[in-house]
Amino acid sequence: MTVESPETKSVSGRRKLFRMEHWWGVLWVLPSILAVMVFVYGFIGWTARVAVSAWKGLLPDYTFVGADNFVGLASDPRFHIDVRNTAIFTVVFILGCLAIGLGLAILLDKGIRAEGFYRSLFLFPMAISFIVTGVVWRWLMNPAQGDRLSGLNLLFDKVGLDFLINKWYATPTWGIAAVALPAVWQMSGYTMALYLAGLRAVPESLREAARVDGASELQLYRRVIMPLLWPVTLSAVIILGHISLKIFDLIIALAGKQVALDVPATYMWTTTFDGFFFGRGAAIGMVLLVSVAVLVVPYLWFTLRQDRA
Amino acid sequence: MASATVSRANRRSWVYIPLTMMALFYLVPMFVMLNTGFKSFAEISLATMWKLPTSLSIENFVAAWDALSPNLWNSVIIVVPAATISSLLGSVNGFVLSKWKFKGANVVFPLLLFGMFIPYQAILIPLVTFMSNIGLAGGTWGLVVVHVIYGIPITTLIFANFFRTIPDTLLEAAKVDGAGIYTIFRRIMIPLSVPAFVVVYIWQFTSAWNDFLFAVVLTNTEHWPVTVALNNLAGSQIIAWNVQMAASFLAAVPTLLIYIFLGRYFLQGMMSGALKE
Repeated sequence: MTVESPETKSVSGRRKLFRMEHWWGVLWVLPSILAVMVFVYGFIGWTARVAVSAWKGLLPDYTFVGADNFVGLASDPRFHIDVRNTAIFTVVFILGCLAIGLGLAILLDKGIRAEGFYRSLFLFPMAISFIVTGVVWRWLMNPAQGDRLSGLNLLFDKVGLDFLINKWYATPTWGIAAVALPAVWQMSGYTMALYLAGLRAVPESLREAARVDGASELQLYRRVIMPLLWPVTLSAVIILGHISLKIFDLIIALAGKQVALDVPATYMWTTTFDGFFFGRGAAIGMVLLVSVAVLVVPYLWFTLRQDRA
Repeated sequence: MASATVSRANRRSWVYIPLTMMALFYLVPMFVMLNTGFKSFAEISLATMWKLPTSLSIENFVAAWDALSPNLWNSVIIVVPAATISSLLGSVNGFVLSKWKFKGANVVFPLLLFGMFIPYQAILIPLVTFMSNIGLAGGTWGLVVVHVIYGIPITTLIFANFFRTIPDTLLEAAKVDGAGIYTIFRRIMIPLSVPAFVVVYIWQFTSAWNDFLFAVVLTNTEHWPVTVALNNLAGSQIIAWNVQMAASFLAAVPTLLIYIFLGRYFLQGMMSGALKE
């Protein structure tokens, strides 16, 4: 960042003009700042208020009940399923994206022809909505067995990979892991792009130096390049992690409102807008917000500080 | 020298095998959507999902179009104004917060940015209550307003990152010539920031087009955008899966076209989401 302009050196009249202009700037961004203050921070405060209220049913009821809604969640079997599902989803989603993303980035970084073509192919799912993805993958991962086999199971059967045939999202307990696959399909290309940018930033001289020292390609990646990619991995984990905590559309499109595949974001929606348990819905919203904030705020803090340094 | 390059290239040719396999993996859903879409009703069966159509038919797309065309139009009249207003607002904010810094700008910026990471479930109840109270729930305009407001963080970030690359000397020179904030913004910054406009417009277009959560709580049946209608259609037992595939494709076409023709800009928007430039 450059040093602030030396306006102190200007003559006083000019300085006054600058001051005025300076306030014009504030005026220009004021509507946006106010809108965000109200729609983000104000509404978060409002949700927090609803979360400690007894509001149940269509009419608002702001009777203060303390932490009752949160305590209720802690002993709510459905919320336990949600937390477990989020944990499984997050692990499969993040590991899947990192592994595929890093693998593809390393392959693409080999300086091949048609790199742009492959890169575009790996990234196009990003442009598609989770709803479309969910609808299509629901049919691809059709759990029907026996002679009603279809989707990927049918394909496995046809090409002799029978052992891969499974019940996908209908698998008891682990069904949510199958739901993470379309999410990996959608976001692994993005992870690839992050890693590719990271790999491109590794100076060629460093690679050459390692090769001259007799390092094998494997050693080169393990000892030289991977350590340099740590910051990329960290960013990717945070970005993917917050997507995972918020995952909603994909679950709705793929699984509807099945409790077995429920996550906090879908529970909040159904309990609030189908069941009218506003207090509980707000409490789930707050839990989600805090979990995302824990992940994102330190990241935001360090990234912006680095920018300024 | 030449032979070394060739041998290296040969050594690398195995790379194409995993890359192509992965490319096929990414294309599977597209294949199923199009393959199913182009079959005639008579040929549709889950058991022959992977077989190519014997003759091309657009019956599925016609049926999907009949079901979704009002919602596709709803999406257009939500997304186009939302993306346009967002871009203008973002350019103003980005300019001021990067080139016209005021005291406290360094505090305001991160506070704005946090808004793009929040789970919207944490503001949903007040949002729906508020929008109903001011009479903006149900229709498409309310959704435009919501997309614009929750788009402020990312659009501001992309423009701020862009304007930071413009040298301050340009601004100083214009100031010395007596140009005020409006002239500098209008005559210097806007013409220079066409690429940023493209990135932001595409970003907002795509995210508003693909939005489901805001739409499902803020619009009534008549004003549903395509994502809500598609989800509803896929959840119903009446619409056959082949029409669902064709409908999914129709819902994905606009953003896919943008990706195909303007993918470079789309990727820039993606990277900004990770706070990377």
